[in-house]
Amino acid sequence: MNEPTAPPAGPDAAGDPGARGFAVRGSVEPGSVARGSGAGSLLAGEPGLPGYVLGLGDDALVAAQRVAEWCARAPQLEEDVALANIALDLLGQARALLSYAGELEGLGRDEDALAYTRDERDFRNVQLVELPDRDFAVTVAKMLFFGVYQHLLYTALSSSADARLAGIAAKAAKETAYHTDHAVTWTLRLGDGTAESHRRMQAAVDEVWPFTHELFEPFPPVPGTVDPAGLRGAWLEPVERVLREATLRRPEDGWAPTGGRRGTHTEAFGHLLAELQYVHRAHPGARW
Amino acid sequence: MKIVGSPAGRPSPFGAEEPGPAGAASGGGDRAFGTEELLAEVDAAERELTEAAAVRGPAGTGTAGAGPRTDRPGAGDGGATRDGGATGAGTAEAELERFEALIAADGKVEPRDWMPDGYRRALLRQIAQHAHSEIMGMQPETNWIGRAPTLMRKAILIAKVQDEAGHGLYLYSTAETLGVTREWLLDELHAGRQKYLSFINYPTLTWADVGALAWLTDGAAVVNQVSLCRTSYGPYARALVRVCREESFHHRQGFDILYALSRGTPAQREMLRDAVARWWYPALAMFGLPRDRSTRSDLSLAWRIKRAPNDELRQRFVDICVPQAEILGVELPDPELRWNPERGHYDFTPPDYDELMRVVAGDGPCNRQRMAHRRRAHEEGAWVREAAAAYAAKHPAEPYGEPPASPEAPEAAEAASPNVPEAVETARGAGIPMAAETAGAPQGDWPLWEVFVRARRGFAHAHAGSLHAADAATALRNARDLYTRRGEGVSVWVAPAGAVTASSPDERDAFFDPAADKTYRHPSFFDLPEGVKHL
Ligand SMILES: [Fe+2]
Ligand SMILES: [Fe+2]
Repeated sequence: MNEPTAPPAGPDAAGDPGARGFAVRGSVEPGSVARGSGAGSLLAGEPGLPGYVLGLGDDALVAAQRVAEWCARAPQLEEDVALANIALDLLGQARALLSYAGELEGLGRDEDALAYTRDERDFRNVQLVELPDRDFAVTVAKMLFFGVYQHLLYTALSSSADARLAGIAAKAAKETAYHTDHAVTWTLRLGDGTAESHRRMQAAVDEVWPFTHELFEPFPPVPGTVDPAGLRGAWLEPVERVLREATLRRPEDGWAPTGGRRGTHTEAFGHLLAELQYVHRAHPGARW
Repeated sequence: MKIVGSPAGRPSPFGAEEPGPAGAASGGGDRAFGTEELLAEVDAAERELTEAAAVRGPAGTGTAGAGPRTDRPGAGDGGATRDGGATGAGTAEAELERFEALIAADGKVEPRDWMPDGYRRALLRQIAQHAHSEIMGMQPETNWIGRAPTLMRKAILIAKVQDEAGHGLYLYSTAETLGVTREWLLDELHAGRQKYLSFINYPTLTWADVGALAWLTDGAAVVNQVSLCRTSYGPYARALVRVCREESFHHRQGFDILYALSRGTPAQREMLRDAVARWWYPALAMFGLPRDRSTRSDLSLAWRIKRAPNDELRQRFVDICVPQAEILGVELPDPELRWNPERGHYDFTPPDYDELMRVVAGDGPCNRQRMAHRRRAHEEGAWVREAAAAYAAKHPAEPYGEPPASPEAPEAAEAASPNVPEAVETARGAGIPMAAETAGAPQGDWPLWEVFVRARRGFAHAHAGSLHAADAATALRNARDLYTRRGEGVSVWVAPAGAVTASSPDERDAFFDPAADKTYRHPSFFDLPEGVKHL
């Protein structure tokens, strides 16, 4: 935990206890951008356990949707199989977490209601996972940064006082160990492969790095949760080591886009949701 | 699935539990219907393979196709087939006689056995087309992964498409036992010189297409491939046993998608009708040309590469589908379709074979799109494949990078990843020349690895198949993903294919027979006196 302590939670951190459900648009800050990590509390408007679980579930869902885009177009057939495995793991995490979030919310929404019928501004995932995977190197960079983060968080959460969350996290910690391993494998090979792969991998690391700050925004203490703000030191150590070993330069900290946890996303996110939700929304109430 | 009663005397939808008053005759005599029967046939084919292996000795007993590379004839020189001439053991006529006797006795041909050039060519054409179809067939389904209407359906679809990639890998490694490389096979595909199944060149326009595609075309594939499990080429038969077991899940999930639609809104039912109407004939066409238009078929049948004529399999498929369509409440797009009690089969209008030929020739609705997609994926991946090869050449002694984030949860990492030290140590300890394998191939495909898996309840590592990877570390990971994705294994070994030395099939008798007469090595040789215990 060598990160500077984040500013204290803003006035909206306490949220509006009267507002049940996750669509609390009134309390969302307009596209806020801060320097360094930490810009106010996470999940403003819904600071409790439901919002926390929802954020993790949205992270996994959006990451799964992106990774699955590689199906039938991976650089090698073997990698097609590997990426599909990772997408399936992430999707499994998303389903478990969204189901639990829906139960905690208590409005009768299941995993599909949460995945398919919320609008862009109601999603609580970090922006990193929604970044388009235009290049395999970008996928690898995202998987490295996000995978290590998820692994640390899930490992800590596996001893959460909340038994349900602890169970989900224990399973996910094993999965993310493998995702991380896969990402490290590729970071080394792309970083220390050919001149072209080095150039691409460095560009990807530079592109994704600013979005890693948002992963460690503090979360107001709630029993059963782990505040990600405390994890950046543990995250930096392996990430910096892998980058070094892969002959890659660790980018400077500076620009730190944020807002995902409060429903402010990148432009690319709306397109992702449009694809994800189209069939479901075109047939309201239908069963599949 | 609850089986709704089907009319008496006709096959029931998922098994023949209810043959009706006409009894077993409903299936047209010798053929059973339904998924259960098909899977039973796969089991029978596997037993046949095991018995054939027992007769023929231990060469190439892996379950998923390829034998060790040393089982491969002069590998690596593209499409060249091995000279069918005399080998050390005798004249060409004697070899041919021996080969034909083996086929006639329903034996299995193994990679290094002598085989006629024509057999090798027909086999290569068949396996290549099959492998290409598995990977090209991912595209129409991938088209709907992003839009799957529930998270459960999305997960099932990803798992299915992943299986197809896996099938492609099993089958490419099977083709590689015939002395060609995967790189060459992919080049042939990309150049349009080798074909894939024509149904892939039709578009998936709605979510219902995902169901119809799987119900009909995976269903047709199951019928076709169950029959192929008894093919005369050992590695192909073994690969197909594995493929067929996985295909039956594909077929069922397709039906399940459609069944949900059939009980849904009017819009969903219309979606169902439309999709089934569009996919029926592409599925029927999968069985190929009828006897009177196909020349190759006869040869393949004579050599037992194929085990049943196209028309017989097509009929079998129609007979399976009709009762299932009734449960779905969907009309198949053929006004002539009706039960023929004399034949014990459904009569139906055959596919438009001229259309089939046009699509095979490249003028289907999506041929150009599918090929462009495939070539683009391959070209855009080139820099990644080159990077992995370059890294392997730079780091020959470094089997894998350590996972950085898992030290605090070592048991978790071990359980979740294939970095079982045992496996790595074995690969390293054997002094395997990884650098030699990889340094020579920076431009092309990655080198070939043989994979050995110890099953969850297994006694020892068994050969599972092969795959390509730039180095041992990625080979191990790829092996985990490909050969243990249904939780089949607890330990994986990989070894460069070139490092495996196999016994020669030609010297099989001299090699193994001397051990056969030493019966005194077995405890049963000795008679025990009355009353002796614990001996
Ligand atoms: Fe398949
Ligand atoms: Fe399939």
